[in-house]
Amino acid sequence: MSLILDVQDMTMDFGGLRAVNNVSISMEQNEIIALIGPNGAGKTTFFNCVTGVYTPTRGGISIQPPGGDRESIKGLKPSRITEKGLARTFQNIRLFPNMTVIENVMIGRHTQLKSGVLGAILRGPRTRAEERKVLEDSYEILKKLNLGHHVNDLARNLPYGAQRRLEIARALATEPFLLLLDEPAAGMNPQETRTLEALIRKIRDTEKVSIFLIEHDMSLVMSLSERIYVMDYGKLIAMGTPQEVKNDPEVIKAYLGEEVSA
Amino acid sequence: MTLQQIKKTALVSLWFVFLTFPIMVIRVNTITQTITWRWHNMAFIALGTFFGGLLWRLALDRKPASARQAKQPEVLTEDPDVTDVKAESGIARRLGILRVKVAQKRTRRSLIALAVFSALLFPHLSSLYQTNIMITALIYVMLALGLNIVIGLGNMLHLGYIAFFAVGAYTYGLMHQYLGLGFWAALPVAAVLSTLAGILLALPVLRLRGDYLAIVTLGFAEIVRILLNNARNLTGGPAGISGIPRPSFFGMTMNLYQVSIYIYYIVLAAVVLTVFVVWRFENSRIGRALVAMGEDDIAAEAMGVDISRVKLTAFALGSLWAGIGGVIFASRTAFINPASFTVWQSIIVLSCVVLGGMGSIPGVIIGALGLILIPEYLRAFSDYRMLVFGAILVTMMVFRPGGLIQKRRRAYTFHVEEQK
Ligand SMILES: Nc1ncnc2c1ncn2[C@@H]1O[C@H](COP(=O)(O)OP(=O)(O)OP(=O)(O)O)[C@@H](O)[C@H]1O
Ligand SMILES: [Mg+2]
Repeated sequence: MSLILDVQDMTMDFGGLRAVNNVSISMEQNEIIALIGPNGAGKTTFFNCVTGVYTPTRGGISIQPPGGDRESIKGLKPSRITEKGLARTFQNIRLFPNMTVIENVMIGRHTQLKSGVLGAILRGPRTRAEERKVLEDSYEILKKLNLGHHVNDLARNLPYGAQRRLEIARALATEPFLLLLDEPAAGMNPQETRTLEALIRKIRDTEKVSIFLIEHDMSLVMSLSERIYVMDYGKLIAMGTPQEVKNDPEVIKAYLGEEVSA
Repeated sequence: MTLQQIKKTALVSLWFVFLTFPIMVIRVNTITQTITWRWHNMAFIALGTFFGGLLWRLALDRKPASARQAKQPEVLTEDPDVTDVKAESGIARRLGILRVKVAQKRTRRSLIALAVFSALLFPHLSSLYQTNIMITALIYVMLALGLNIVIGLGNMLHLGYIAFFAVGAYTYGLMHQYLGLGFWAALPVAAVLSTLAGILLALPVLRLRGDYLAIVTLGFAEIVRILLNNARNLTGGPAGISGIPRPSFFGMTMNLYQVSIYIYYIVLAAVVLTVFVVWRFENSRIGRALVAMGEDDIAAEAMGVDISRVKLTAFALGSLWAGIGGVIFASRTAFINPASFTVWQSIIVLSCVVLGGMGSIPGVIIGALGLILIPEYLRAFSDYRMLVFGAILVTMMVFRPGGLIQKRRRAYTFHVEEQK
């Protein structure tokens, strides 16, 4: 059994604050798993550690791409981790607002391309072919995510739901084996959320990309994920199938506690 | 024209009155130690700017009204779940836009041809004086285009750009003084050295952003200037280096007039080369990555863009043009000293980029030409020259804060053919 992602005893401190406390999470190929927990539990920080934005204070992170070798990615730069096949979206949308939709996706293709500065200036046949290909490929990805009609629009002019989808499109353009989605349904209406659910499934099934998601929308999490991890105050408090997690007293306490204080 | 716009215009003219007050109203007579208050000037300025501003606003209002009408339906199709009907009409509309774009392309081609043609003829149709001014302006065009890579594309506030101009100029000056080398030998060396200097500056500032980057680059330029000032034995200090030769042309001797025309063509060729390279660069993989980094560096990094690499490239490529410009500058003035490379010069180049339109090649060119040529041609206004110039700048920033010609993103059209 090969774990495509294996995080062991990861701890992340911000000064005196322990945002992630000894968390171990692993996943297999083609799984859809979710990480849930009350606000401030440390979910986004966990993602940031895995994708290289922060280097965890302690613990190990290793990956094994399908058909590849196991290797540690702890301490690598975010761009290197993306190259290795992990792609992510952001909780607060981070598109390139003044670039067009297709340009956003073309940036996602960056690691798949080779041409350097000199090649760009001379623009020989190889560079030209590469540029043509990146346009076509990017457009294909846009169509897959139902964004084809927005190609030349500026990213910042897209409606909210489309911006979320564009973030996914851009992440898929890096050709990942694991896609990390940080609250993809945040701010969506129920209908958009349902479309998103189908989309995530489709990505997993047709693109063979495993999905790791953080989400607050419980109905989405429960119907989509095969396994769920629950965090509270930086610690992992539960793990299991949606059914198991739903009935876990610790989880209920964490969420009830939040509701009471809210 | 709404009441609010009138109010805004009034506010702007009030600003003008305030800004121009010390120069236009107060006159100090240093001999008799008296002050004359010229209140009538104040009235002129207030009324002049107010009505001028109103006229300008009217002119602006009229244009976008029609443009806005044409644009509106586009926004309405932005529903994520497009029905077939909507998609259909969307394509039709895009086809319409496409045709406009082709037409635009044709006008753009002829505009470029016209610009190059008149640039080629210019020295033959104008006086020596004008050719010389134009050489200066074109050097600034080069500088602005180079700085535009760092500021316009990469969105990094770089206040030390003139240091690389100095590297180029001093490379030539010193190579001539100590090695007796000429213009054409110095040019490639200066290009390499300024590029290296760019990388040298970029290395320590890779992790800096915004204000911090601005401060460090500013400091860097000052260090270079002070170094040049103090290394008297090598650079001659404040006295500078003189007797720098003009570029040679196969050993031909040329009179002043011919040499000016020759330099003019050299700098014109350099500008064309710069435009070409910058244009190709910004539409390339690395150029796109640089723009993305300027928009959001964390997202760019998450997309696999190696931020450090891209930053180094931007600084290196940006500095290269300053170095080449510096050699041409040294050969034109025949004399250089550290006073030509102050922070003020950096600010002027920065203004060229910002006023012209960050990231837009035509914008930056027009910005630089305007910023250098207008003060020259305003000499007719003698004392009021800088005042008029300042007024033009302020007006610009009030009415077009994004620069004269704003960057347009490239539109791709392959999808239309495909869906038809
Ligand atoms: N860069 C940082 N510096 C200091 N503290 C941080 C930093 N990033 C996150 N934290 C803190 O770490 C804790 C966990 O934050 P995190 O964003 O991971 O929570 P989360 O589970 O994603 O919450 P939410 O559901 O609201 O998105 C919070 O207390 C937060 O204030
Ligand atoms: Mg979060």
